[in-house]
Amino acid sequence: MTPLRRYLPVLTAVLVVVLLQVALSAAGATYYLTQLTMSAYYALVVIGLCLLMGYAGQVSLGHAGFFAIGGYTSAVLTTCNLSAFGQTSWITSCRWLGMLAERRDLYGASILSFAPWAGFLAAMCLAGIIAFLIGLPILRLKGHYLAMATLGFGLIIYRIVLAAPIFGQADGISNVPPFPLPFGLEVNGRPAFREQNYYLAWALVMAAMVLAVNLVHSRVGRALRSIHQGEEVAHSLGINTYRYKLATFVASSLFAAAGGVFLTHYNGSIGPSEVTVMKSVRYVAIVAVGGMANLWGAMLMAILLNFLSLRGVMGTYDDAVFGAILIVIMLAAPDGLLRLPRWRRPMHFLSRRPHG
Amino acid sequence: MDDILLETRNLQRFFGGLHAVKDVSLKVPRGTIQAVIGPNGAGKTTLFNLIAGTLPPHDGQVLFRGRPITAWKPHAIAELGIARTFQTTRLFPHMTVLENVMVGRHPRTRCGFLAGMLNLPRTWREDREIQSSALAILRDLGLEGLADQTASNLPFGKQRLVEFARALATEPTLLLLDEPAAGLNIYETRELASLILRIRQRGITCLVVEHDMSLVMDISDDVAVLDGGQKIAQGPPRAIQSNPEVIRIYLGDNHA
Amino acid sequence: MDFAQIVQYGLAGITVGSVYAIVAIGFNIIYNTTGVINFAQGEFLIIGAMTAISLSGFLPLPVAILLAVLLTTAVGGLIELVFIRPARDASVLRLIVITIGVSILVREAMLHIWDEKVRSLPYFTGTSVSTVSILGAHISPQVLWVLAVSAVVVTGLTLFFRYTRVGRAMRACADDRMAARLCGINERWMVTLSFMLSAGIGALAGCVVSPVTQTQYDMGAPLAIKGFTVAVLGGLGNSLAAVAAGLLLGLLEQATVSQFPNAYKEAVSIVVLLLVLVFRPSGLFSRGEISALRSA
Repeated sequence: MTPLRRYLPVLTAVLVVVLLQVALSAAGATYYLTQLTMSAYYALVVIGLCLLMGYAGQVSLGHAGFFAIGGYTSAVLTTCNLSAFGQTSWITSCRWLGMLAERRDLYGASILSFAPWAGFLAAMCLAGIIAFLIGLPILRLKGHYLAMATLGFGLIIYRIVLAAPIFGQADGISNVPPFPLPFGLEVNGRPAFREQNYYLAWALVMAAMVLAVNLVHSRVGRALRSIHQGEEVAHSLGINTYRYKLATFVASSLFAAAGGVFLTHYNGSIGPSEVTVMKSVRYVAIVAVGGMANLWGAMLMAILLNFLSLRGVMGTYDDAVFGAILIVIMLAAPDGLLRLPRWRRPMHFLSRRPHG
Repeated sequence: MDDILLETRNLQRFFGGLHAVKDVSLKVPRGTIQAVIGPNGAGKTTLFNLIAGTLPPHDGQVLFRGRPITAWKPHAIAELGIARTFQTTRLFPHMTVLENVMVGRHPRTRCGFLAGMLNLPRTWREDREIQSSALAILRDLGLEGLADQTASNLPFGKQRLVEFARALATEPTLLLLDEPAAGLNIYETRELASLILRIRQRGITCLVVEHDMSLVMDISDDVAVLDGGQKIAQGPPRAIQSNPEVIRIYLGDNHA
Repeated sequence: MDFAQIVQYGLAGITVGSVYAIVAIGFNIIYNTTGVINFAQGEFLIIGAMTAISLSGFLPLPVAILLAVLLTTAVGGLIELVFIRPARDASVLRLIVITIGVSILVREAMLHIWDEKVRSLPYFTGTSVSTVSILGAHISPQVLWVLAVSAVVVTGLTLFFRYTRVGRAMRACADDRMAARLCGINERWMVTLSFMLSAGIGALAGCVVSPVTQTQYDMGAPLAIKGFTVAVLGGLGNSLAAVAAGLLLGLLEQATVSQFPNAYKEAVSIVVLLLVLVFRPSGLFSRGEISALRSA
């Protein structure tokens, strides 16, 4: 596949993103950009989950847990007050490395916390390590046992953030500072910076998509698909199925954690509602309806469904809609909506390969 | 003993109370075609799986080039140079023929997760090599016209051939074939026979578990006969054909 | 802790444990016939209790409960017909995802039919303050009802599966679908029946435990998870072991509550679940041939 054909969907998507922003600004409806930005960060989780479920063929009913690990870690590190330890040696070395940031609280007193980029690194490392440790035992399980184990993992994370005071219990953590980036850019939730944040979020999503698309078209991507389509055969062809499943699990957790970190800094807060079973089920529903092994379908559905949900279009029936989606897709279109025969022609244009 | 490529020593395998493989010892010399035959339930497939690593034996050893590989995981066995086919052809249904064969190149290639994600330059050369060598194998078997077909759309006989191509892509020294003639008609079986002979000519040793007598007698250098989990006879095809024990287990007592 | 307190905690553990056991048995019945884990299992208890609560407003309690059980049984059968049967050849994983979707829909339906308030059935005998004294511990008579009903359900099911034609037919399907069909057993209806049976016993359990634990529209999912934990702990498909496992989990929870803050109670079942899945997925009471469960 020539580079152009491989990245054409990315270029198309970038174009759509820009056009959308221009159109909304012209129509004076820039407030939609907020929900689109949030949907973009949720889409990061979905991309990782799509790699795990659609390509490696492993289900995860607890992926919101990794989102939470990302978001909460960064939140805790950037809102904790290290002033009491101000003079200790390790704080001084942290300060020297640029890992700390000083802020002022409501009363004007100075607070010393970790800088958001340090929080980001810590969150990614923690998510990756936990994913590795959790994955080691449970990826040996099959089918519903794996599903229940991931469900259990998500539930434990939920219970932990709900119970521990450091995580703010039922209220979560708020006053999370914005995330400064190079070139004066910043991830924050201020209305004046809506366009900037919209593009930042989408840049991140596009970067993630490029990584995912690369992986899918690579030797490893082929190996993953073969694991999904015939695990025993793949194993006999020299593919270390267990190691690849573990690697994909860890990779998908990193995607989810990144989404968690940035959304937390965007919203300025995070709460236990991001870790519920329902959230994890939503991610699964989105991947399912987008097409298990269809990255673009999954991303599209993530944006669409999250946007609608955030705008409250579905009202109190929000959860019910996702439940219904799960059922309908599994019964009627197990390969996702975009794989239905009627859609074949237009989808063929976007990708000449069966796997999309 | 450099010319014995594969050896099994006193392999035992139970399934609950059933002694499926009883004390089976076998030596397969390099560059030969070894057949394993026997009536249904004789333990051929179990023996096959013990060698291929899908099942661990309860006792005994499997040696490859003199080194033990007993109960090694299938992927490690493939990396050593042992490839296998499956009784029911299992191509990857949603991949093209070419992609199926490309997966076979996996144990001989190296680029990993990170390199793949970042699309590093060293993956470009490797991917080109994977594609061209896969195409070459397809061409060799006369399948290059089907390269872009989705695997599940192919007729059964062609799927069999693609599975061969995929196994050959791993550059095996030993090829394990599990009932390769099952479901093939007379013409296809004859083509299969000449294919296996061509493979042997390339220096690849073959172990064939098979029911189809014509195939076995035509191409094997040596035939081992299993019955009730035990090896009851072994020798060149002619000798086995006239062995009264073998005749008895296949046809019953009246014909010996 | 003195002896009376131990008895108190112990009885509480057995009570809630027997409810878990019934949920687990419901899982097992469906799993045995279809190989599917029915995530909506917990909802049956809530449907039953909520229906009975509404009916008890104008019907005598026993009649209300009976009708509620029958209604829930019908709902169970309906769920199978509408959602499971059309997915005939689906992989086990797809079916699990479907039952997750069903459990969500059922829960949302209950929210919209009954709202989010906490309710409960009236006590079967006595009131909320009446107590019975056992070995020095004071417990509500409802606890005895729970134990009695659980025992009746387990005994009834054992007899049903061993001695009735239908019960044996269901066991045949569990063992070998094709063979059962060849014997003239209509295995499709056996599947429906398994759902109906699970729903029925679930509803009964929900009703009898409602005065003690209260009933709320979203209690189904946590119950399902605990029920699944118990089922796996005993060995998926093994209903007698499920009883033992259920009592075990109930006692473990109560032991935790007696020593640690209440917030940790919920974590007990999750930790048990993860430990079992990682170290002994075939369950405590199995022989250990778990090759079908492991993939690598």
